[in-house]
Amino acid sequence: MPTETAVVPARSLRRFMFDWKDILFRAALPVLAMLAALLIGAVMLLLLKVNPFTAYAALINGALGSTYSITQSLVKATPLLLVGLGICIAFRASVLNIGGEGQIIVGALMATWFSLQFRAWPGWLLVPATVTMSFVAGAAWGFVPGILKARLSVNEILSTIMMNAIALQLMNLLLRGPLMDPGGITAGTFLAQSERLPEQVWLPRLVPQTMLHAGAIIAVVLAVAVYIFLWRTTIGYRIRAVGLNPHAARYAGINVPFYQALSLTLAGGFAGLAGAVEVIGVHHRLLEGITSGYGFTGIVAALFGGLHPLGAIPASYLFGSLLVGADKMQRAVQVPSALVDTIMGLVVLFVVGSALLSRRWAARRLAAAAKGQEVK
Amino acid sequence: MENIFSIAVIVGILTSAIRLAAPYLFASIGESFAQLSGVVNLGVDGIMLVGAYAAFFVALNTGNLWLGVLAALIVGLLMGLLMSVISVTLKAEQGISGIGLYMFGLGLSSLLFKVTIGTVKTVNGFRPIKIPLLGDIPILGEILFQHNVLVYLAFLLVPAAWWVLEKTTWGLRIKAAGQNPAAADSLGVNVDRVRYVSVCLGAMLAGLAGASLSISLVNLFQENLTAGAGFIAVALVYFGGWRPVGILGGALLFSTVNAFQLWMQVLGVNIPSDVAVMLPYLLTIAALAVTMNRAHQPAGLNLPFERGES
Repeated sequence: MPTETAVVPARSLRRFMFDWKDILFRAALPVLAMLAALLIGAVMLLLLKVNPFTAYAALINGALGSTYSITQSLVKATPLLLVGLGICIAFRASVLNIGGEGQIIVGALMATWFSLQFRAWPGWLLVPATVTMSFVAGAAWGFVPGILKARLSVNEILSTIMMNAIALQLMNLLLRGPLMDPGGITAGTFLAQSERLPEQVWLPRLVPQTMLHAGAIIAVVLAVAVYIFLWRTTIGYRIRAVGLNPHAARYAGINVPFYQALSLTLAGGFAGLAGAVEVIGVHHRLLEGITSGYGFTGIVAALFGGLHPLGAIPASYLFGSLLVGADKMQRAVQVPSALVDTIMGLVVLFVVGSALLSRRWAARRLAAAAKGQEVK
Repeated sequence: MENIFSIAVIVGILTSAIRLAAPYLFASIGESFAQLSGVVNLGVDGIMLVGAYAAFFVALNTGNLWLGVLAALIVGLLMGLLMSVISVTLKAEQGISGIGLYMFGLGLSSLLFKVTIGTVKTVNGFRPIKIPLLGDIPILGEILFQHNVLVYLAFLLVPAAWWVLEKTTWGLRIKAAGQNPAAADSLGVNVDRVRYVSVCLGAMLAGLAGASLSISLVNLFQENLTAGAGFIAVALVYFGGWRPVGILGGALLFSTVNAFQLWMQVLGVNIPSDVAVMLPYLLTIAALAVTMNRAHQPAGLNLPFERGES
């Protein structure tokens, strides 16, 4: 039984924990899942009488073909990583936050409203204040399902999905009302978008002539911070303990509902940040469709990265480039970008489906380590 | 502006409510079977989408609505098998696999729609059938007995589901697999098989729910046609306390709210449509929050069962 850890000799355990074979195995599973999903995608294309080689070649070329497409992949990877970091925190506590879309929206709404409201402020003050307010807004949107789960054991998957729909309607309402661009009203176009944000709140561009902005660096720094938070602080330890075994955590005196609500709140905050960087880093205004499905793709990226903040970095880049490639593929060879959404759904299914294999693998290795044998 | 409380409008709202309840009923009753057997299938919305697409595509190309229904049932079954393999055989985390199934269904239905149909088209969906005698009752007849065949089927599903769950051995097996899989297993119930059958049955009904949207209610298909109705259907299972009658009550409550907000928009009542559209979602959260009656929640819900463990 995998639970008999008390008899494991310390040296064997260390070998068990820091073993390249183990890391390789854990990294190989998502890669295999991705390959399987791509293969099924190819079969579907064949059935639809589309040449899969043409489609995938256009996809890869679109994702990696030029400096611009690579920077564009990083632009899309940034919100994915931010959402994914929140997903790592929540899923580590066994709280399934599907509310990324709504949390991105309220983060973006807050960034827009706040930077327009305080447009007289200098950039060094306005940028951090806007970003912080977006985090708070997203966190509030995560707090509602969090507290409902903690107090009334409301299924957080359902409540976060409902919060997505509510946020979407809220954005539509505000974009057609108080937040609508006054320029569009005087010009008579009535576009559902906000006024352009004051220039001092725009995030600096990292590469000239591209959209790549400083938010990418912020996201990577935050990934390291979340890693430290989850693995080097008491609160992070408790969050993970709640996720690993809520009964044991409760027995150890950890307030399980509190940490579940906390993790959902933090997850919302990170998704709110994603909304902020989209507004102040990419579009410089709020538009319809601001989320681009990042709330869902961020889940895929986080799962793909093994729910590890550092694993989420390459995973976000991978899925960012898939999204960029999908757009290009749609334009170049007229294969709908929905193909990539389908593939991402399959990746999720295969990654969670392969968890049994990795559990059995871990159990076998732990059992072997307990006997003090060399693990083969 | 017409008076929203005139008899004609109230009859209109209630008639719409009965019609709008059909997809919720199919999907929720189906989901309740899966959940009673111990599997939370959160992919209902994705299954509804591919079911709606399949039914629409077949009906559009053959002109035969029943072939469309059959297509929806078949793709529902396939999606159910996929969900079962992942969450029953491979014992995966059910919440995440359901979301994966949803994303897969959403993507697949959009992909197929764009490649095979492309633009928004319409079909002549199922026509209302006035039931003789009953349909002639003033007001009540108009509200209840002048609907199309899928709506009648959806309502007949409620007593049928009750009968299967309460009066048959299969119902007992389903509930045993969800309540105490280890005990059921020791009594010779093949838990995995019962869960496969329940999830697949639920998925077929979800496919039918999709068909009841695309070839009976709105008679068209577009990307993300369901707009989250599948998730509301899952919520209704909790709301209904895992009992067919409770689900019927929940479905009617939701469809009435939905019909009310649609009619308010039609009549031009002065509230923003965004707020009106928000109502069902707000109601879902409120309903989940006040549903304190968890007495009927299957004890083994959401727990993968592995022989020889626990």
